[in-house]
Amino acid sequence: MEETLRNGRTVRKPKKHKKMTWSLIKDQRQLIYMSVPLLAYIVLFAYVPIWGWTMAFQDYKPAKSFSDQKWVGFKHFEFLFKDDSFLQVLRNTLAMSVINLILGFVTAIILALLLNEIRKVFWKRTVQTISYLPHFLSWIIVTGIVATSLASDGIVNDVLLKLHLIKEPIQWLSDGKYFWGIVGASHVWKEVGWNTIIYLAAMASIDPALYEAAEIDGASRYRKMFHVTLPGIKPTIIILLIMSIGHILEAGFEVQYLLGNGLVVDWSQTIDIFVLKYGLAQGNYSLATAAGIFKTVVSVTMLLFANWIAKRLGEERLL
Amino acid sequence: MANPTITPGPASAAAVNKRIRRGSIEPIVFNTLNAIFMIVLVIVTLYPFLNTIVVSLNAGNDTIRGGIYLWPREFTWQNYKAVFASGTIYNAFWISVARTVLSTVLNLFLTTMLAYTLSRREYVFRKPITLIFILTMYFNAGLIPGYFLMKELHLINTFWVYVIPSMISAFNMIVIRTYIGTIPESLIESARIDGAGEFKIFIRIIFPLCKPVLATIALFVAVGAWNSWFDAFIYTSSRQELSTLQYELMKLLSSSMNANNNPAVAAGAGMTREAAASMVTPLSIRAAVTVVASVPILLVYPFMQKYFVVGLNVGSVKE
Repeated sequence: MEETLRNGRTVRKPKKHKKMTWSLIKDQRQLIYMSVPLLAYIVLFAYVPIWGWTMAFQDYKPAKSFSDQKWVGFKHFEFLFKDDSFLQVLRNTLAMSVINLILGFVTAIILALLLNEIRKVFWKRTVQTISYLPHFLSWIIVTGIVATSLASDGIVNDVLLKLHLIKEPIQWLSDGKYFWGIVGASHVWKEVGWNTIIYLAAMASIDPALYEAAEIDGASRYRKMFHVTLPGIKPTIIILLIMSIGHILEAGFEVQYLLGNGLVVDWSQTIDIFVLKYGLAQGNYSLATAAGIFKTVVSVTMLLFANWIAKRLGEERLL
Repeated sequence: MANPTITPGPASAAAVNKRIRRGSIEPIVFNTLNAIFMIVLVIVTLYPFLNTIVVSLNAGNDTIRGGIYLWPREFTWQNYKAVFASGTIYNAFWISVARTVLSTVLNLFLTTMLAYTLSRREYVFRKPITLIFILTMYFNAGLIPGYFLMKELHLINTFWVYVIPSMISAFNMIVIRTYIGTIPESLIESARIDGAGEFKIFIRIIFPLCKPVLATIALFVAVGAWNSWFDAFIYTSSRQELSTLQYELMKLLSSSMNANNNPAVAAGAGMTREAAASMVTPLSIRAAVTVVASVPILLVYPFMQKYFVVGLNVGSVKE
């Protein structure tokens, strides 16, 4: 299967069943030069640090060499699950993550459905452009805006007072019972517009004949949404759900870290903050690494589980 | 809005809706309510941001009295002057610019090169390399091992810690690879027959043809680099000259949350003493820095809108 060209080079046509032979590797050396250094790079930055997981099974002391460390098995993991503060952190992480997940999906799908009903293209584009804006701002800026809006003389209390819904300003950020809601609302404010993009793209590719047919059957606007549009974007929703479920312990770090304060610490601390506090601030590397490993293991397990469920349901899947 | 007019164009859900039951009042009610909802959404999204701009243009000692909504009461450029007169913030701004430009250029070049090699079906290492990269999307070693790696590589307290660890993103690679798949094979074949090597094909053919998808990825990478603060917080916080704009903003945020309107804090946050004594307050400075930090993004993102869908519609990651 060789061809000799004008310029005297020989070109090997790709075969269906190729064996990894030296001549093939030599043939493709340019591709190898272009990709193997990058492979080495990712191995160094993403895989080599996993070696550091050994710290979780030792009483790690930075001054000692690897062979001098004391191995302690699952001691740190046991400590974590007996530690009240870690259990509280786990509760916060799960609660905020579930709130964010549900709020995020529901609001984005509803907004996409409503945007889809807007007829004037210019108006629709304008609303979309504006709704993307917060997605591009950093959490630093967004939490600054949230803190300003929720201050005792902020716009939220202002509006509530003017509407006579409250008698005196609510101290939103100093009361733990509001914290999870504030984090959820901040996420919605920041991401809802952005999350509609993918749904709107899916809606645009639904066959118009389906709408025509539904209409001939006398379906109302709402029935069409429910029986044509929603089933049309179902695969998209499933894929996004699978991806989100893998991140169930990623309730975020920035929002909680930036908005949290001493008064709401029992509600605001997440696993990531716990790792930061124990690891880098207090130097308890072993415990912090154990918490990190726990997070990763749960994430991967949840991802595989969601993928398996999707497979059983015969839906689109990720892997 | 409420009065349906017939617009030519593709049969969308809206266009079909337009033709239902002309006599009924339902479409008018729905469209009116929908429009009101969208207006509320636009206000809720834009107001906090507009208010920040107004506060940044208002004399700080006047803002404290409250009642500043959508128009400055005592207009002044003083806040911006104070921001740029402060060496730390000015320096942080340029560090942010440098890391953003460098990250974007390196990221685009390397990620596209990798995506091209992994789009070649005949490439022997295609599958293993792809898998190794995709796995990095679902787990990471965690904060502590990552920190130790940076320490081993002597990247702590250097500018390169902002750029090197995040030079390639697996997700972006998949997006670009999917796009390269739509480029006709015959283009690449004919270049090869003319004797072009893989690298030349990548530079001369692939790179120029990928412009739409690269525009999106460039935006994502640039926004990510511009908005990140955690690396500055973890790796370079002991070197003021390496601080980034977002990190400076974060310090302003936490100091003004703890000590409202205290000139001493403002002076500590890197302002000149006379600025602190005049009409500049931490709140007004923070507003000005927020505006400075978001202007580059505001200038760019509306023009990239048509590319977003390309970047987000990766579909599923299947091999």
